[in-house]
Amino acid sequence: MSTATSAIAAKPAKRLTRGRLIWRRFLRNKTAVVGAIGIVFLFGLTLFGQYFLYWKFDDIDTNAFLMPPDSAHLLGTTQAGRDVLALTIRGLGKSLLIGFLVAMISTSLAAMVGASAAYLGGWYEKAMLWIIDLLLVVPSFFLIAVATKGAPEGESSWLILVVLLAIFAWPLSARVVRSLTLSIREREYVLAAKFMGISPFRIIVRHILPNASSLLIIDATLGVGGAILSETGLSYFGFGVQAPDTSLGTLIGEGANMATTFPWIFLGPASVLVFLVMCVNAIGDGLRDALDPSSASGGQA
Amino acid sequence: MLRYIGKRLLNYVVLLYVAVSLTYMLAATQLNPRALWAVRQPPVDPAIVEAQLRQYNLSENVPLLERYWTWFTGILHGDWGYSPVGLNVAEQVSTRMWVSLRLLLIGTLAGIVMGVAVGAWTATRQYKVSDRVITALSLLVISTPAFVVGHITQILAIMFNNATGTRFFEFIGETGEVGNYPFADLVDRAQHLLLPTLVLILLEVASMSRIQRNLMLDSLGADYVRTARAKGLPQRKAVMKHALRTALIPTGTYVAFAVATMFVGATFTERIFNFPGLGQYGVDAITHRDVNGIVAVTAFSGVCVLVGAVLSDIMVAILDPRVRLQ
Repeated sequence: MSTATSAIAAKPAKRLTRGRLIWRRFLRNKTAVVGAIGIVFLFGLTLFGQYFLYWKFDDIDTNAFLMPPDSAHLLGTTQAGRDVLALTIRGLGKSLLIGFLVAMISTSLAAMVGASAAYLGGWYEKAMLWIIDLLLVVPSFFLIAVATKGAPEGESSWLILVVLLAIFAWPLSARVVRSLTLSIREREYVLAAKFMGISPFRIIVRHILPNASSLLIIDATLGVGGAILSETGLSYFGFGVQAPDTSLGTLIGEGANMATTFPWIFLGPASVLVFLVMCVNAIGDGLRDALDPSSASGGQA
Repeated sequence: MLRYIGKRLLNYVVLLYVAVSLTYMLAATQLNPRALWAVRQPPVDPAIVEAQLRQYNLSENVPLLERYWTWFTGILHGDWGYSPVGLNVAEQVSTRMWVSLRLLLIGTLAGIVMGVAVGAWTATRQYKVSDRVITALSLLVISTPAFVVGHITQILAIMFNNATGTRFFEFIGETGEVGNYPFADLVDRAQHLLLPTLVLILLEVASMSRIQRNLMLDSLGADYVRTARAKGLPQRKAVMKHALRTALIPTGTYVAFAVATMFVGATFTERIFNFPGLGQYGVDAITHRDVNGIVAVTAFSGVCVLVGAVLSDIMVAILDPRVRLQ
């Protein structure tokens, strides 16, 4: 009897909150932790990197055209004598910014449209599903390229790219949110709120979306990687971020033509891009394991 | 059942019509073919430019709806219009389609089969060294854009060629110098196909094995597999007969989509290895302000997506007894 009580007393007195539980499960996934550290490092690099560099991204070193990496230019120079490291950090900043903005906008859109379609139903749901199908049936890559081709150029033209990428990124997630909402809206607390006369908008924001939050967090994280890949793909072909501004895709596209003879122009930005997307995907994987209650890969909490 | 399929088909056709029409409006307003002549030296007489643009239904001086109507009635007769320099769009698409098919079919199919095998195998060995290594490798490949993978394989291939002093790897175009020996033609084509096919397989295996691994893990933990084991079925048989079969049902849907949408899906591979296929055509159409060309590519890809959707519906109905029962 006494041993049993002491065994119970030995257990932690406080119950773990959900946040602590998820945090523990996330920390147990070593790849995800490395990914998170990597992202923080890259953010630091874009924010403060320029203060440690001698060359600015638009400087031209007339003594070094197409030079391989050395002590003056750590990652070499381009054909025009620009420092590849400075350009890469500048491009990284733009790619990060675009990736995060697109993921935030498209996940919010997906959450609102998906949840409201399932909750309200009727002709509204039909119309939304139809728009989703419409956006899924055409190749978004080509349409975004066409739209940016005719868009006005200038300092803030990358904002148009963000909007376009977001427009085509939300539909699939919205479908997933909708099917999840279909089951949440039948729960007692949602019905209770409904019979208390609370407006649909409030119910969606206060009761439905928080219960879909794990899905939304994962969706947003993976959306960052997807958006970065779409942006760099477009920029690679010259459709995305326009010169004089630069992104990782623009740099890779410029370097690719000479990749076999002057590999540093290509390899520098390409490795940074791969590292960035790997970090984002690793975090996404870790979050999925940590947030999904039925996931076996999280281990025991 | 037939009525249901008919209704869905009708819905798809309407969807495609609206999507392609909107694409036409977008392309016709955003791409400005007149700019092609503006950069010519010496300058071209504006009257001649206008005449040529009108001839190909590309002049923005004609109201958009009128241009749209001309374009639309043309399609009903199988005429997809012309590029600003007078190339027949329908002819272009129908020849480039086969280039894409020749390039992509082997890589896509081999990649899917290998991906399914690798994914199912790693799932049965969850958290063992082999699973961890393959998971890490596929994460690396998934995080690497296709254009980076393509260029890296090219750099490696050139290093290999230089080191051995041969031209074992060919990476430009569909055919090159053909030797003078039996089946030289075939060998030459195979050489040119080798590298892009490897890239396609690599990309497909990485994403497919991830999907299949997750599906397989779900079905391995399912009650019916445990029941089968508890009744004394050997692990191997339980995995093959019960777990793998169920895990393959969603894969069928994915495969139907992947094959149908493969045509415009490999834009990067086509561009890097210089195969004049449909993906490359789409990119060129945009840079050359070819309104009719890009709309045709979009329409073609839309048809592919819908064929994929219908195929996957049918596939699920065949594979999954639960659907048939309803």
